[in-house]
Amino acid sequence: MPLTNVSSDAATRTVTLTGEFDAPVERAWQLYADPRQLEQWWNPPGYPLTITDHDLSVGGFVRAHVTGPDGQKITAYWRIIAVDAPRAMEWEDGFLDDQGEPNPAIPPTTMRLTLAERAGGGTLMTIVAGFLSAEAMQEYLDMDIEEQMRVTFGQADALLAR
Amino acid sequence: MVVDQTEVDLLFHALADATRRDIVRRTMDDSFSVSTLARGYPMSFAAVQKHVAVLERAGLVTKRRRGREHLVAGNPAALRAAHDALDRLELVWRERVARMDGLLAADPSD
Repeated sequence: MPLTNVSSDAATRTVTLTGEFDAPVERAWQLYADPRQLEQWWNPPGYPLTITDHDLSVGGFVRAHVTGPDGQKITAYWRIIAVDAPRAMEWEDGFLDDQGEPNPAIPPTTMRLTLAERAGGGTLMTIVAGFLSAEAMQEYLDMDIEEQMRVTFGQADALLAR
Repeated sequence: MVVDQTEVDLLFHALADATRRDIVRRTMDDSFSVSTLARGYPMSFAAVQKHVAVLERAGLVTKRRRGREHLVAGNPAALRAAHDALDRLELVWRERVARMDGLLAADPSD
């Protein structure tokens, strides 16, 4: 397993994951920089993602359609807050309303990615994911937990079956 | 754990204050009287009593009478709800990292 440490901090409302890949930093960065690769790992199976915009510059947007198993379509976005390719990026992850604007009813989460060279080759990846406010955290708790568990454990089963 | 909206509101409000978070930490392993707790903070007994009342409404602590005192004990199940959101976010990212690893293993080239 590539993860080496996972910790969460209720005071700052963040989860920090660190992991290692044998692939070099440039290759790991492509997981984010290449929209076709991003489509393959961002969502669990059953929630195919189609990226329509992909601008990883500061203030730029990534937009994507997601289709759920019930056929429901939603539009997700990333808004890039800071970027230092191929080693760091910070962004906001949320959903768009019917007008294509970030939907304030669903508070976004924030992500901070760091990719660094591992001694002897490979990549050290750190992701800090968090909630902007207690209200955002509450909104996330109110999401359908059963559905989310089914999806994530379904994915774990698929990995084990390989 | 199923928590309704009002309970979650109370929970996050209760945990938004540093003194109340400290009271929760102290009472998770052991119970204390309000007066014992009050000696640990630079504020009046009445102020600490108010903090305890907020925590009690949020279900984070329970109070029971022992003689002339009220003993305050923590409720780990309620605190657990606050951690649920972070646990779920963690699970989502664990799965994402596993999928990233799968992609890199399938196509390790630049």
